[in-house]
Amino acid sequence: MIVEIGHYALILALCLAVLQSTVPLFGAARRNMAWMTLAQSTAVTQFVLIAVAFGALINAYVTSDFSVANVYENSSTLKPLLYKVTGVWGNHEGSMILWVFILSLFGAAVALFGVNLPPALRARVLAVQGMIGTGFLLFILLTSDPFRRLVPAPLQGEGLNPVLQDPGLAFHPPFLYLGYVGFSIAFSFAVAALIEGRVDAAWARWVRPWTLAAWCTLTVGIAMGSWWSYYTLGWGGWWFWDPVENASFMPWLVGTALLHSAIVVEKRDALKSWTILLAIITFSLSLVGTFLVRSGVLTSVHAFALSPGRGDFILALLLVAIGGSLGLYAWRAPQLKGGGIFAPISREGALVLNNLLLCTGCATVFLGTLYPLFSEDLGGPKLSVGFPFFNRTFVPLMVPMLMAVAVGPMLAWKRGDLRGALQRLWLAAAGTLLALLVAFYVTHGGPVLAVLGLGLAAWVFLGVVIEWTDRIRLGRTPLAETWRRARTMPRAAHGMTLAHLGLAITVAGITASAWQQERIDVVHPGGDLTVAGYVFHLDDVKTIPSPDFTAERADITVRKGNDIIAVMHPEKRSFAQQGATTSVTAIHTNLLADLYAALGDSDGKGGWTLRLYWKPLVPWIWIGAVFMAAGGIISLSDRRWRVGIAARARAPRGAQPAE
Amino acid sequence: MARRLLYLLPAALFVVLAGYFAIALTSGRDPSLLPSALIDKPAPDFTLAGFDGKEGLSRSALQGKVAVINFFASWCVPCRSEEPLLMRLAEEEHVPLYGIAYKDKPENARRYLDQLGDPYRGVGLDQSGTTAINFGVYGVPETYLIDKQGHIRFRFVGPLTAEAVERELLPRIRKLEGS
Repeated sequence: MIVEIGHYALILALCLAVLQSTVPLFGAARRNMAWMTLAQSTAVTQFVLIAVAFGALINAYVTSDFSVANVYENSSTLKPLLYKVTGVWGNHEGSMILWVFILSLFGAAVALFGVNLPPALRARVLAVQGMIGTGFLLFILLTSDPFRRLVPAPLQGEGLNPVLQDPGLAFHPPFLYLGYVGFSIAFSFAVAALIEGRVDAAWARWVRPWTLAAWCTLTVGIAMGSWWSYYTLGWGGWWFWDPVENASFMPWLVGTALLHSAIVVEKRDALKSWTILLAIITFSLSLVGTFLVRSGVLTSVHAFALSPGRGDFILALLLVAIGGSLGLYAWRAPQLKGGGIFAPISREGALVLNNLLLCTGCATVFLGTLYPLFSEDLGGPKLSVGFPFFNRTFVPLMVPMLMAVAVGPMLAWKRGDLRGALQRLWLAAAGTLLALLVAFYVTHGGPVLAVLGLGLAAWVFLGVVIEWTDRIRLGRTPLAETWRRARTMPRAAHGMTLAHLGLAITVAGITASAWQQERIDVVHPGGDLTVAGYVFHLDDVKTIPSPDFTAERADITVRKGNDIIAVMHPEKRSFAQQGATTSVTAIHTNLLADLYAALGDSDGKGGWTLRLYWKPLVPWIWIGAVFMAAGGIISLSDRRWRVGIAARARAPRGAQPAE
Repeated sequence: MARRLLYLLPAALFVVLAGYFAIALTSGRDPSLLPSALIDKPAPDFTLAGFDGKEGLSRSALQGKVAVINFFASWCVPCRSEEPLLMRLAEEEHVPLYGIAYKDKPENARRYLDQLGDPYRGVGLDQSGTTAINFGVYGVPETYLIDKQGHIRFRFVGPLTAEAVERELLPRIRKLEGS
């Protein structure tokens, strides 16, 4: 019964979405207030209805109602409650419900908190949200119904893919989706602005927090995914340039560009049509991220199985959403008037450079992801695109960008003083040189490029620190004054500092992988393996039964000299029901380096394959990501997003009629 | 006018891409030629048992030889369709084929090869599937070409086709064996 209510709620939500995507648009065109405000009630009701549907599906999973095909296929009574719940979105149908749930949540948030938006803009934004909702709800109801019943109902489910029974992977999709869907708001604002023919500072002030929030969650989502591959796949890789990873990385890159260009719109009333385009592309890439990997055009490990018919629907949906918005852009954007002008060397100029590099970076990732397909069809040679391609194209693009990260924030708006900025950075330059020398010495002349990478990280880190200390005048005025400045400085500025520091930390973590050491060998219990000066002693391998799987667990004692550094327990789990094995690696970290152990196969003669790694600075990759997300959150708490928007939004300054 | 065209550019690019995907999607072609993250990298180490407790297949045993490693399973229908081609490759072209039985019971794999013919110079049993995971296998059948130094040089997902063998696999094998 509850399941049918969920299904029914979903259909009702679709009807409301259709209503929401049409009536308020006409209302906005005819200045009919009643029609415009309809959008708010439909958005909120839609959220409630989809929440009911989502709740019904969760309930079916928690109570293990195997008369629902989706539950039967993806759950089992043997699973712990946590994975019963997260199993809801571990499959195609359920993940789509989660998608529309988040979409409607954001829609309701705009409806409820957008009180100080101009009514016509709010109506149009919600109408565009309604259109996206219509497309997705149709897709779910027509091709991916999660509420389909099975007669007769089986007694036991087929179980969730064991690989997905992991806390990291369980919460990875919701974060990615929060990011993807969050960009839908920026998209709706962009399309609404194109319909309206008006973009001003107030518009940017609305778009930026949404973009920032989406960007933060996407950052966390991507970091979680990469952390998951690091600790489960058993060889310590954390990024593979896999199509699915790229699909989440591309919206992140363009989203980062959008974040920065929206600042220019807000502060300087320039780069408007460019920002609109970025908002459209970011969400388009998010749609591609949600869909492309499932459509059968690209194959990947992460891809869900797909039934025919879905692919066509997906393509049609992408065509309407992306083609429609880009068409609208081609038609309306030329009428947007440009705003402030600026010299090439200025804060705006630096942000344009950042945008260009990020977008080119995204384009190379896009090409690299799709090139194997293109190349084949164009009759060209079958090129394998992997690390070599991305290392040669993407990485060089990021080098000038990282160099500019330190300089950009020191330039003034409109016209900057590059020499002055560079003079302020002399300390950073000296520090970088020192870091280079130290890295070169410590690593005994390791790979030159990696040494340079570390230097780059040091440059960004020091540059950001210098900019921040200059701003609060640390050491130049009494401490009380510094403290006052730090407190009164906009939180967005602190946020930027933190996020840029995070970038430097991540870059250091990435480049230091060049020095990792590994050892893969067969060891008998009682034997030793040495990696990077650490002696790994295999004490024993035991078999440990568990309701869902059988684990083989190694006990390893790690010593350096006479000190016991760690006791590690890597495991190999065999899931009888699904005939799959997963590896649970053991990681010991001191934040400067990870010791990483994975248990391989038995050789049948009492020996076990062990994979042991020493990975310097690797935790910094994710620590940096946490810094970036934290920077975004601090920036979000800036009071200018909360206070005074109404007053400024209604002020005529910066607002221009289109025609 | 030129300015207007500039604004049209994103939409035009998108139309080209969308058209391409429409063709790719409707052609029904299997995107089977996947790039492998391991191309030109050393093949993952493996030591697998063979039938009846005999020695199976290991990376060290293949050292110094060009080898075509084919992941198969008796329960896999596409593998059966690929089998006659593999037999022909082994008998007529003398391709150095080695098989890895993926998550298969030894007796089933044995029966499968007895029935359909055994094109392999050696077979290893990967009952846990770990070796396949290390290779990055998407599904069976899947075929890898490994050079004398033990580096993966080519990967093919899905059942081999006569065309792929002619155009991709054989020329590479000849080149590697010649070197």
